[in-house]
Amino acid sequence: MPAHRRAPAPEAAPGQTSSRELGRRRFMGYLIAAPTLAVAAGGAWELLTPDDASAAIPSPPQPSDAYDLGDLQNDAALPTAYLIKIVINEDGTASFAMPRAEVGQGITTTVAMMIAEELDLPLDKVTVSLADARPELMLNQLTGGSNSVRSLYIPVRTAAALARQQLLLTASKQLNVPVEQLTTAGGNILTPTGKALSYGSLAVPAASSTLTSTSVLVKPTSKFTLLGTPQNRIDALDIVTGRKQFAMDLEVSPDAKPTMVARPPTINGKPKKVNNLAAVLALPGVTDVAMITYGVAIRAETFGQCIDAIQVIDVDWAGGTVDGQSDESVEKKLKAAQLPLAVPNLLTKSVDTEITFAFASNSPLEPDCAIADIKGGKGEIWSSLKVPIWAKQNIEEELGMAPGSVTVHVAQGGGSFGRHLFHDVALEAAEASKKMGKPVKLMWTRTDDFRQGRTHPMCVAKVRATYALGNVISYEQRHTSVRTDFTHGLGEVLTATAAKSPLVGNYSFAQSIFLLSQSSPYNFGVTTQLLNEVDLGYNTGSMRNIYSPNTVTAEELVVDELAKRMGKDRVDFRRSFLKDERLKAVLEKAADKGEWGRSLPDGVFQGIALHGEYRGAICTVLELDCRPETVNRKIRDAVTGPRVTRATVVVDVGLALNPRGLEAQMIGGFNDGIAMALTSSLHIKDGIPLEGSWDNYFYTRQWNTPPEMNVVIMPPTTGEPGGAGELAVAPSMAAAACAYAQSIGRIPTYFPINHGTLGFEPYPLEPSSPNSPTDGLTNRI
Amino acid sequence: MSTHVFNVNGRRVSVECDDSVRLLWVLRDLLGIHGPKYGCGLNVCKACTSHINGTAFNPCSVPVSDIKESDEITTIEGLAASVGKDLHPMQEAWLEGDVAQCGYCQPGQIMAAAALVKEKGADISDDDLDQIRNICRCGTYHRIREAIKAGAAKM
Repeated sequence: MPAHRRAPAPEAAPGQTSSRELGRRRFMGYLIAAPTLAVAAGGAWELLTPDDASAAIPSPPQPSDAYDLGDLQNDAALPTAYLIKIVINEDGTASFAMPRAEVGQGITTTVAMMIAEELDLPLDKVTVSLADARPELMLNQLTGGSNSVRSLYIPVRTAAALARQQLLLTASKQLNVPVEQLTTAGGNILTPTGKALSYGSLAVPAASSTLTSTSVLVKPTSKFTLLGTPQNRIDALDIVTGRKQFAMDLEVSPDAKPTMVARPPTINGKPKKVNNLAAVLALPGVTDVAMITYGVAIRAETFGQCIDAIQVIDVDWAGGTVDGQSDESVEKKLKAAQLPLAVPNLLTKSVDTEITFAFASNSPLEPDCAIADIKGGKGEIWSSLKVPIWAKQNIEEELGMAPGSVTVHVAQGGGSFGRHLFHDVALEAAEASKKMGKPVKLMWTRTDDFRQGRTHPMCVAKVRATYALGNVISYEQRHTSVRTDFTHGLGEVLTATAAKSPLVGNYSFAQSIFLLSQSSPYNFGVTTQLLNEVDLGYNTGSMRNIYSPNTVTAEELVVDELAKRMGKDRVDFRRSFLKDERLKAVLEKAADKGEWGRSLPDGVFQGIALHGEYRGAICTVLELDCRPETVNRKIRDAVTGPRVTRATVVVDVGLALNPRGLEAQMIGGFNDGIAMALTSSLHIKDGIPLEGSWDNYFYTRQWNTPPEMNVVIMPPTTGEPGGAGELAVAPSMAAAACAYAQSIGRIPTYFPINHGTLGFEPYPLEPSSPNSPTDGLTNRI
Repeated sequence: MSTHVFNVNGRRVSVECDDSVRLLWVLRDLLGIHGPKYGCGLNVCKACTSHINGTAFNPCSVPVSDIKESDEITTIEGLAASVGKDLHPMQEAWLEGDVAQCGYCQPGQIMAAAALVKEKGADISDDDLDQIRNICRCGTYHRIREAIKAGAAKM
């Protein structure tokens, strides 16, 4: 951990402005040789600091307090940040091909706001597209860890400021007016006499013929007029009119025909032989059939005919990698692999608990989909990819193609939640296209997504907290998980390869991710949080907020139990032991807005939980209705159970750049969190999840979501934007879990709470995907 | 193969395909109408929700042969025109509330909402909202609920 990066502690209290943000900061950048004005940013940024611990028995800062996962990502992106390029066009617009994926989190909007702010340009004159895979960006093209805004905040504003500076200098020469007398507004340069020159008219004259290094001052936050104000998504109109295009909507070639995959009844099973190839090829619409690594790809005129063919195809399969395993066998292996606790529970009183968290699916609503056209040693791919450089390099390698031979385009994603960190579907599409010699639009079925797609692995949290004389003496947490696949590394093949290395590879990378993202917010004396991972052959990956939903839920349940044992109110207890002023501030606000302790009917319980990550602080208060008339509501093909009836989320991200987008992320993260606590999980039996549809995998639905929801965004604290996309998941899961624990009077030992009861009739394993119903005109609810 | 003739978004269409092909794929793969999304093909997620003669249905689960020549199919692309406007009041409410996140489920959500309000009237209760089965994996349910109430007031 680089101590030199630690700046002095913030001077300002929450809600106040720190002195640093008043000063303007100068950053380096470049004018790029191009037909119209093009600029690129360089630069560096500062890091924030741990707040002083102040209560109870201080726990020394854990690694992520001073240097977190986002800092690691920022540092990885630093050397290539100058390749962030903004172009001013002759029509007066600014355009930016963003080296990040938009998957619903709203970063195209936030980044467009940064550009509009710095350029004094109307927001609708900024276009942000998604950049193709650019290997020269090395580590600077990974979307994850709620890091996009954090890592782009300085380079994007620097580039935009450079463009504005160059426009001003050019106008000054043209008008023969000193640059100090010129101002900018609404996409125009204005003279003191009221003459206006549009950016569009200056785009060509301002262009540079050489690569020129220069520097620029960026706007201080105190001068922001757009950043910090609530703005709607820039793609909202396209969305509500059905015009927004996802990978499956792209028509890059009429020959890129629908393709789906018949799959084995096990995870990672491989096809040996197709027994009825001629019959499948004779089916209506079917054009091609090809064995690929993990299934048999079927190309047809329509996706419906692919699904029809999956019903008919007869394949001999080799076994998979987890055959015979089940929830029970995995849980047993995890418990056997737990790292020991160090503090004995003999001399003091202790809270000891062990909680199992079931497998969960990170599948978005848009099924995995990719268009691939591989022929003649060249290839082109379109897909939603959060690590496109690695996808490109890995696809080239797997297909035996020359480096640089495959072009990878990043499509708009219909959600991700971690799924698009991996390019499984793009690799399959490329393989199928190569084998068929034709372009394909390959899409996974919904059932594929649940049964064969990557999962948030099962894990077991073991916690021991010892306490005496009103203090917590020690807090130990051992997190034992089925291995989380981080082979995407930090974004390209170099670090991805390191993550694959058996000795210092995925385990140490996972340990690093764990250490850089986990931090107990409480002064609980000697504190240790350790990870152990067991590779059992599952296809796993990060799911929104990675380890934190599970680790925070375990910790907050123990916090409630400690409060109970010490006879303290749960909010009072947290107030006494929290280290961080920002967390204390969101706690107070949430307790107030959420009306902590208000009178509720018997059977309705409040839950509260806190979390600090991504340089943000968040507190969730909710009310969980556990009365029989609510728990036993009958809705067909659904899990009802306890319902969250009221939710309050209070968030401090340091500096909210787009409060409306931030609120959306809080609402979404909340619904993810309560799903993980109450309803949604995968059931593994005979080596494969039983879930096959959204009426099997019980993600939050309208009948589960709280009818009353309030999000409170705290005023700026640090003056720098923290991460937002994942922040709300952990405290929301934990608050729901804590409320439920109140209802049963003890810490639950398994999440989600409904996991023990299978709430659906599973689809058969063969065929691998069920056919579509035909009664849609009569069965319309 | 047979010829299927019906109306989509006010336009008469004719398609050659097998009777059993579900309408969703006729719309998406053969007619290039991409507003209705595939989210499961099982009449569960409701991402393809469209209207047939003004009421909601899911084309993923309807063979094209079930569609009559006189049937009028409306997808999100034709919703505004079905009320003679540039935007349907529900689309306007969606914009005002900045409802969408990734946007993938939203055409289906809006079509379901417009049909629900048409059926139930402007006075939409929490119980009515709880009946909506359309899934939003981004979890923007709260804004969907608020927008439906706002849109209902303007329909």
